[in-house]
Amino acid sequence: MAVPKRKMSRSNTRHRRSQWKAAPVTLVACERCHEPKLQHIACPSCGTYNSRQVLEV
Amino acid sequence: MPKPAKGARLGGSAAHEKILLTNLARQLFEHGRITTTEAKARRLRPVAEKLITKAKKGDLHNRRLVLSVFNNRDDVYRLFSEIAPRYENRPGGYTRITKIGGRRGDNAPMAVIELVEALTVAQQATGEAEAATKRAVKEDTTKAKKADKADEAEVVEDAKSDKA
Repeated sequence: MAVPKRKMSRSNTRHRRSQWKAAPVTLVACERCHEPKLQHIACPSCGTYNSRQVLEV
Repeated sequence: MPKPAKGARLGGSAAHEKILLTNLARQLFEHGRITTTEAKARRLRPVAEKLITKAKKGDLHNRRLVLSVFNNRDDVYRLFSEIAPRYENRPGGYTRITKIGGRRGDNAPMAVIELVEALTVAQQATGEAEAATKRAVKEDTTKAKKADKADEAEVVEDAKSDKA
């Protein structure tokens, strides 16, 4: 079985991990309560979507 | 020929998926709205709408077809006597899916699927008007196409006669 010949240096490891980045989610303001929410999804704070009450709050 | 659905079955096997969708449909008709994962809601929608269409026809044959799905007379009775009359003048689109974001724990995209309310008189009128304009536009375009084709045919015939 193929195995690594050398231990990977801390520097290389850290360089690689420096590329792990979380992308920011795109949020929009809710039409009704103006809280930030995900697009195309019922507002988690007021429970409306398309000015229709979907979730109980 | 109908195209088979892509991807894995819900629940693992075809039999499990069938029974899962039946149970979801039963619960949708019982409660009017259910919260489930988006994938299940999207698969449930055609199943539930076809059952409602059968219930709208309302004859014995369709009743037996629905009974073969549910195996429970109470569910069939509810569908035929309470739900189907609400949609008498609605041409399909009996359910609504609204996404509600990720589930706590595994962040699975969840959705609410619900039976829509009956059409109001005003909505019905606008729907009929829109359908009428659509039909009119379609007829015009088909007529125009036919006329074009007829012209082309004449031209071809003329060319042939010239050669002769």
